[in-house]
Amino acid sequence: MSKGRFGKYGGQYVPEIVMPVLTELEAAYEKYKEDPDFIAELNKYYTQYAGRPTLLYYAEQLTKHYGGAKIYLKREDLLHTGAHKINNALGQVLLAKRMGKKRIIAETGAGQHGVATATVAALFGMECHVFMGAVDIERQKLNVFKMKLLGTKVIPVTTGTATLKDATSEAIRYWAAHIDDTHYIIGSAVGPHPYPTMVRDFQACIGREIRQQLKKETGGRLDYLIACVGGGSNAIGTFHDWRNDTQVKKFGVEAAGRGPAAGDNAQTLSNPASRPGVLHGAYSYLAQDDDGQVIEVYSISAGLDYPGVGPEHAMFHEQGVVKYVGIDDKEALDAFQLLSRLEGIIPAVESSHALAYLEKLMPQTTPDQVVVVTLSGRGDKDVQQVAKVLGEEIE
Amino acid sequence: MNRIDNKFNELKAAGKKGLVIYITAGLPDAAGTLKAVLEAEKAGADIIEIGIPFSDPMADGPVIQAASYQAIKKGMTLPKVLDIVREIRKVSEIPLVGMGYINNMLNYGFEKFVADAKEAGMDGLIIPDVPHEESGDMKKACSQQGLSLVEFVTPGTTDNRISETCTSADGFIYCVSINGVTGVRKIDYSPINKVIERVKQQTSTPCAVGFGVGSPEAAVDAAKNSDAVIVGSAVVKLIMDGKLGEACELISSIRIALDK
Repeated sequence: MSKGRFGKYGGQYVPEIVMPVLTELEAAYEKYKEDPDFIAELNKYYTQYAGRPTLLYYAEQLTKHYGGAKIYLKREDLLHTGAHKINNALGQVLLAKRMGKKRIIAETGAGQHGVATATVAALFGMECHVFMGAVDIERQKLNVFKMKLLGTKVIPVTTGTATLKDATSEAIRYWAAHIDDTHYIIGSAVGPHPYPTMVRDFQACIGREIRQQLKKETGGRLDYLIACVGGGSNAIGTFHDWRNDTQVKKFGVEAAGRGPAAGDNAQTLSNPASRPGVLHGAYSYLAQDDDGQVIEVYSISAGLDYPGVGPEHAMFHEQGVVKYVGIDDKEALDAFQLLSRLEGIIPAVESSHALAYLEKLMPQTTPDQVVVVTLSGRGDKDVQQVAKVLGEEIE
Repeated sequence: MNRIDNKFNELKAAGKKGLVIYITAGLPDAAGTLKAVLEAEKAGADIIEIGIPFSDPMADGPVIQAASYQAIKKGMTLPKVLDIVREIRKVSEIPLVGMGYINNMLNYGFEKFVADAKEAGMDGLIIPDVPHEESGDMKKACSQQGLSLVEFVTPGTTDNRISETCTSADGFIYCVSINGVTGVRKIDYSPINKVIERVKQQTSTPCAVGFGVGSPEAAVDAAKNSDAVIVGSAVVKLIMDGKLGEACELISSIRIALDK
């Protein structure tokens, strides 16, 4: 029977060759997620290497600026490698080690997940190959160099649109040919079962820590929770612990790019034209044309422009657990600058989409209320691109 | 009993191995596909796999990826693939198996697709991203229409897995020769031949070996324990290069080798 369903979404739409290795992975994950030694080792790396728990920071200036609810930022941007991606990469590499795998592969778009994976591969002395679209390699030279520095082989993918979706397909193809000694670290809460569940669980520390930290800060009060959604891993990690707290309104912010037309945005759930389908092993929502061909999507943020979305988000969307909304390039850039100026924190362009939603939400809030925004990553990687968009010349 | 079953019965009676040829629909165009199918039949193909182009073909190597990408760019769509099938049916009774990915079919509406495919003259479906676990509803829809939904085995398939997936298989069982994707390369066919021996103990559904077969020698190796071989990338590459004649020469050389 079909496994790993979130309502009707999810499943395992993969070639027969990959089925045994998914079964093996599922069994290993089920075993180790309850294993005290595994949990202790993961927590050790979370605290001593990655920098968990991350701060829950009261953004006083930003709060004053809007004059509504108290705004807190969950500082995933302070983690080693600069984003939440390391939470999942550490969890999966520890699992791969226990499964006796010798090689790690990953896909990457902007390069953040590639760098996180290359980092943990270096840490555990494992061979690592990262598949990356040729177009993205050209756009993200800094991250390509970082991966090389960390000892990873970056493999250019030239087929199809030569971007993230093609890199993901190519990683799956490579995996099919090397199932015995290779573990594939998918970077988001997407893909066939058990990935969406496993990636969510490795990211769920975000939401749990928020709950813990709010006890001291606000007596536990929370009214609004906001996170950006590409594939949706930081968002699912933020929302999961709060999924049954119906009094907390949750917003998943997708990239509305440069407009509502197909191919001009990456709104998989918040675009009325989106509909469910199968991509990269899961039944979820995806950006597709009238014939069911997957289309290339667009956002100023390379971390949000994936044509699919995690299947649990599809279920949350359908059940109304989370409201999915769109923020366009310009709104995100404004938020990027606002946080930099008011709080001295340069956010990732991805996270800036979540921050930008405050513009719409805050007028409806009151000072006694509490809002938490997950700052999924830091903006160092984006500074050059933003400078260019703003017309500044830097070397 | 559909055209696929009839064909395998015929082959068995004649003591012959079957030859399945994969052709991407829409290359170079609809008329070209019709021509390629008919020429392939003349050259000795027993069954044609009509490749339904998808933007993200997970199980395919570089040649079929490129062919699919080109076909999509030239405007090939699922309804147009069915039109090609209708055109073939006007002039040929060769068994036709649609090989495509599930998203195009779900987008069309799976039950409607199966009904329309049957009406157009399709005999079976190969959906590489639908493993047995996910195939329940699809199997039901196909069997209602009398279409075969092909199951897969691979070099790593266990006896338990064979009893799970193959005992209810119809049409034929797609025996993937190697862990990996489609495309011509040197392959040791002994692991899949061993799996086929075990499949044969559990079911009488014919076995067809695919992935990697690009020459008469490889076809003979691949056909050792199986009932048929599947040739895809080698033929598609030649068709993509505008060399349908050479593609047909390859097909007939494989035919001759298999019949020896």
